[in-house]
Amino acid sequence: MRAVVAPLALGALVLVVWQEAVDRFDVKPYVLPAPRAIATALGDHVDAVWSGALTTAQNAAVGLLIGVVLALVCAGVAAAVSSVAGAAAPLVAAVSVMPVPALAPVLYTMFGTGAQTARVVVAALAAFVPVYVNALRGLRTVAPVHRDLMRAFSASRWQATRTVTLPGALPLVFAGLTIASSLSVISALVAEYFGGPVDGLGKAITSAVSSSQYALAWAYVVGAVVIGLVFFGAAAGLERLVARRSASSP
Amino acid sequence: MSPDTASAPTPAPAVRVSSVRREFRSRTGQVVALDDVSLTVAAGEFVSLIGPSGCGKSTLLRLVADLDRPTSGTVEVFDRPAHVAREAHEYGIAFQQAGLLPWRTVLANVELPLELHGTPRAARRQRARELVDLIGLTPFAGHYPHQLSGGMQQRVAIARALAEQPSLLLMDEPFGALDEMTRERMQTELLRVRSETGAAVVFVTHSIPEAVYLSDRVVVMSARPGRVRTIVPVSRPAVPDGVDAREDAAFFADVARVREALHGPDDDDPGTDDLAGAAAPARVPATRGMDLR
Repeated sequence: MRAVVAPLALGALVLVVWQEAVDRFDVKPYVLPAPRAIATALGDHVDAVWSGALTTAQNAAVGLLIGVVLALVCAGVAAAVSSVAGAAAPLVAAVSVMPVPALAPVLYTMFGTGAQTARVVVAALAAFVPVYVNALRGLRTVAPVHRDLMRAFSASRWQATRTVTLPGALPLVFAGLTIASSLSVISALVAEYFGGPVDGLGKAITSAVSSSQYALAWAYVVGAVVIGLVFFGAAAGLERLVARRSASSP
Repeated sequence: MSPDTASAPTPAPAVRVSSVRREFRSRTGQVVALDDVSLTVAAGEFVSLIGPSGCGKSTLLRLVADLDRPTSGTVEVFDRPAHVAREAHEYGIAFQQAGLLPWRTVLANVELPLELHGTPRAARRQRARELVDLIGLTPFAGHYPHQLSGGMQQRVAIARALAEQPSLLLMDEPFGALDEMTRERMQTELLRVRSETGAAVVFVTHSIPEAVYLSDRVVVMSARPGRVRTIVPVSRPAVPDGVDAREDAAFFADVARVREALHGPDDDDPGTDDLAGAAAPARVPATRGMDLR
């Protein structure tokens, strides 16, 4: 109960202070619109926000799916063949420090500015790294007692992988997925700033700002926050589920 | 050789370790974990390995289990090389950590070895149910390991070790992480389970009373290099029902003899030996006269 009430109360307080501050100090909308103005803009343009959110969410979801599948396959190969993991390590490090959305302009020229492809690729790349890194670590760490056990049972390599390594890696895979879920949304949205088709929340935010509709821009931001929360919530829920089932035995 | 196996027409010994040496290479140089160790465990016999930390008792057990290979010497299990015996699933094994798979229920954990070795689903389910019943955890058959206490987890690990009705059980300090009361209950339970299965047991422990209570013979080892110092046969007198054999005078006499063997005259490192004996009750002088040997 308190876990729900406290954040709600804090959120409400922030909104009230925000509204009061904007009213009292007569803050200009281009600096910061009032919450009420944002809510009104959201109500007036709910269809636009919804369709923009759908586009961005779809790009993020497709990218996330591709990135995760690719990461799992690569991590599987890297875990099985350690020389592959070693060879890939610098590349993965490079990708992980790269601000992936910065690739968007290049990708738009590569895949055409009329298609969503570049955005999906950006989301996939962003999702790939945390899942790959976590999955590989999960696949590589098998408890010594489980390794001994598998040898004592003279289990084949595939049996050991199936019964111990894969289930043991799941919690880390899902931890990676949770990180990837928010990254994919952020990346898909930011990629829209650099070009491509005129739909999507990122594009909507830039065009609202350039036409001085500041409250509307914030309404789109609210939409972006909602998609991010949905993605993160779904992944974190899955992670919790897996973690509970795999609670380690002392 | 224990008296209860003497009548049998000498079946193959469960374990025969001959002149085994195991060296480990480390950055600081070479460590001799085991040096010239020979040991025979008869079929159905319960043998404990005891000694200070670093005496190689766990290493010796791992060699028997073929989880490790000797530098020289041979290890045979039922007259076959250790690796052949392992591949033939000749032994069941339990470690200090229960090592249960956290994502499997109690029943599924017990089934694991049967599943890996291709036992049909119905048969292995039934066998697992019998074993879970044997260890008294039937109400918990569908629970996950993290829902169980340490003692219960260890019982599941023992049931798993018994799944394929092995004639040899290898146990590496299986009760080492348990509190004293749980530990004594588990010991009693192990003796019961073992008397029902008739398996030979090689049991690594730090505790003198535990070794004496469980074993037909106690192998006392010394450290650096790991060697067999002496083997103490345990007199296991029949005690009347309702009397704990741990309260019997003969038990104390044997405990005292193992203690003396551990703190032997050629002991050059009494510090670690004291650690190993810390769990033993204070020696009772009066019991010395009770020793009938």
